[in-house]
Amino acid sequence: MQIGTAKHSYRADEALLTTRPQRLWMALFALSLCAAPFLLDNYWLYLACLVAINVASATGLNILTGYTGLVSLGQAAFMAVGAYTVGWMQLNLPTPFLLNLLAGGFTAALVGLVVGLPSLRVKGLYLAIATIAASFILHFVFVNWESVTNGNSGLTLTPATFLGTPLTDYSQLYFVFVPITALMVLGAANLFRTRIGRAFIAIRDRDISAEVLGISLLRTKLMSFAISSFYAGVAGGMWAYFFRVVTPESFPFVYSIFFLAAIIVGGMGTILGAILGAVFMTLVPELLRFGIDWLTPVLPNAAAMLSPVRTIVFGLLIVGFLIFEPKGLAEIVQRTRRYFHLWPFKK
Amino acid sequence: MTGQSETGASGAARLEVEGLSLSFGGLKALSTVSFAAEPGSITALIGPNGAGKTSMFNCISGFYHPQQGAVRFDGRDVTRMHPPERAALGFARTFQNIALFRGMTVLDNIKLGRHAHMKTNLLQALAYWGPAQREEMALRAEVEERIIDFLEINHIRNMPVAALSYGLQKRVELARALAMRPRILLLDEPVAGMNREETEDMARFILDVKEEWGTTILMVEHDMGMVMDISDHVVVLNFGQVIASGLPHEVQADPHVTEAYLGSGDPAALMARLRGEGPDTGRNREEVA
Repeated sequence: MQIGTAKHSYRADEALLTTRPQRLWMALFALSLCAAPFLLDNYWLYLACLVAINVASATGLNILTGYTGLVSLGQAAFMAVGAYTVGWMQLNLPTPFLLNLLAGGFTAALVGLVVGLPSLRVKGLYLAIATIAASFILHFVFVNWESVTNGNSGLTLTPATFLGTPLTDYSQLYFVFVPITALMVLGAANLFRTRIGRAFIAIRDRDISAEVLGISLLRTKLMSFAISSFYAGVAGGMWAYFFRVVTPESFPFVYSIFFLAAIIVGGMGTILGAILGAVFMTLVPELLRFGIDWLTPVLPNAAAMLSPVRTIVFGLLIVGFLIFEPKGLAEIVQRTRRYFHLWPFKK
Repeated sequence: MTGQSETGASGAARLEVEGLSLSFGGLKALSTVSFAAEPGSITALIGPNGAGKTSMFNCISGFYHPQQGAVRFDGRDVTRMHPPERAALGFARTFQNIALFRGMTVLDNIKLGRHAHMKTNLLQALAYWGPAQREEMALRAEVEERIIDFLEINHIRNMPVAALSYGLQKRVELARALAMRPRILLLDEPVAGMNREETEDMARFILDVKEEWGTTILMVEHDMGMVMDISDHVVVLNFGQVIASGLPHEVQADPHVTEAYLGSGDPAALMARLRGEGPDTGRNREEVA
């Protein structure tokens, strides 16, 4: 039971987890992440890997759109850049897969820098349109640069190998993807404890006074684009090792909207928001599918009848969030935390 | 404090405006304005609405680029510099309509003031390791001990700025400007819209900044009581021109100033204007400006 929080140093006050319950919950969460592969069946492990990939990419988009205020609809295209880089390296170079993932991230970051250039002049919807244009240009490149991308038939990857073992099982991939994603999320959380993260938020909130404080708009916006697409590139690389086929249609434009929806549903400009949003967007359609499976004994052709309903329910859930919880799932968590903060002494 | 030697900037600076002219298309906002703010003093820029005070401020802080004339900072011509470069030199300003970052806490807003003088790079920031962490801790200590205590805002440090009263927001904006360790502080209407108590608090803080930090202060203000009480030097603008400058009591007694604010000193002429009989009413003049 807690009656207050007292800290003795600035370091303690600036820690990521400041209270004991927070640290306990985090330890529990880490434990369950470690235990999961031994408890879950293959199907759920498949979903867990997909969630890890999507969390990494959504966290990246959240840095750009949620924290810096630059709306981007190019996240899937940046992922594709990472996926193609990783695919090409895996097939043509003997480099270890972790290095390939890093290279995927850096290639995507470079592309992100170029795509980010218009952001100095255009904002909001206009920037969103510019990133859509970039997505379609990249798609064109993937289809036509056949010597590297193998055109429409795409690249088929050999599995990643770690210490001589090929990573083919979902449980093996899980143990690679989850730590990588955890590191990336930790990096993002750290970023917003320092001058760089604060500069991003400053640009989002009021760019004129950011300039007066000595924040260079061009540099900072481009930096945000680069980090965000680096995250997308690494996520795309993981995606390539996961599905082992990369084609121009692997990362459709809808996938970019998926990430934008994820950070809106989860909570823009919060680390937790991108995580919750990506989990929600990945798992809820699956859960709805289970609902239909349960109904099948009662309604023999439930699947045929309700499949369209599933999409509608999913869409309604998103709209519901926009209306009733515009700050997203993260805000619900915060509210619950506040309620229990000094419970039962204060409500 | 370590930062002063790091940045190479220390002590108050002399700001000099020399023959500055600014026009928007055909509209002359400023014509050959010259004045100086002496190191470690408080200079007030006053004048009726539309006299060109805010345009002057925007020229000094780098948002407008004047067609003629120069702004000198300790003798160095900064007329063409962009705002971030000026910040690195030691310019800090507050805005007439508070320009804080509403989504952030008071503490983070103030910390942003130090941005230009910090060194943490992207990789260090992602790892929050070694130098990055040390730099953040030094910043936190400085902000807490030098600024938050000084401006008496301890109780609100973790509150989001959007939740604060107007007077407190103005004070946080001053805090953010102070975090820049300014060599010249530009205050755009620091007490506009404040009640008497808040105005007195702000006047006290401005005087304290001058005395304890020795910063050169240039402010635009409409509250004549405060301007006359705390300024060392007053510059009066009207229609984009300097019509008087000097010590507060000299300026107060200057007939040009009275005329600019109240119209002609002749009661009969004033009455005539009030009734709108004169060809050149005060209202029309303001619209022109």
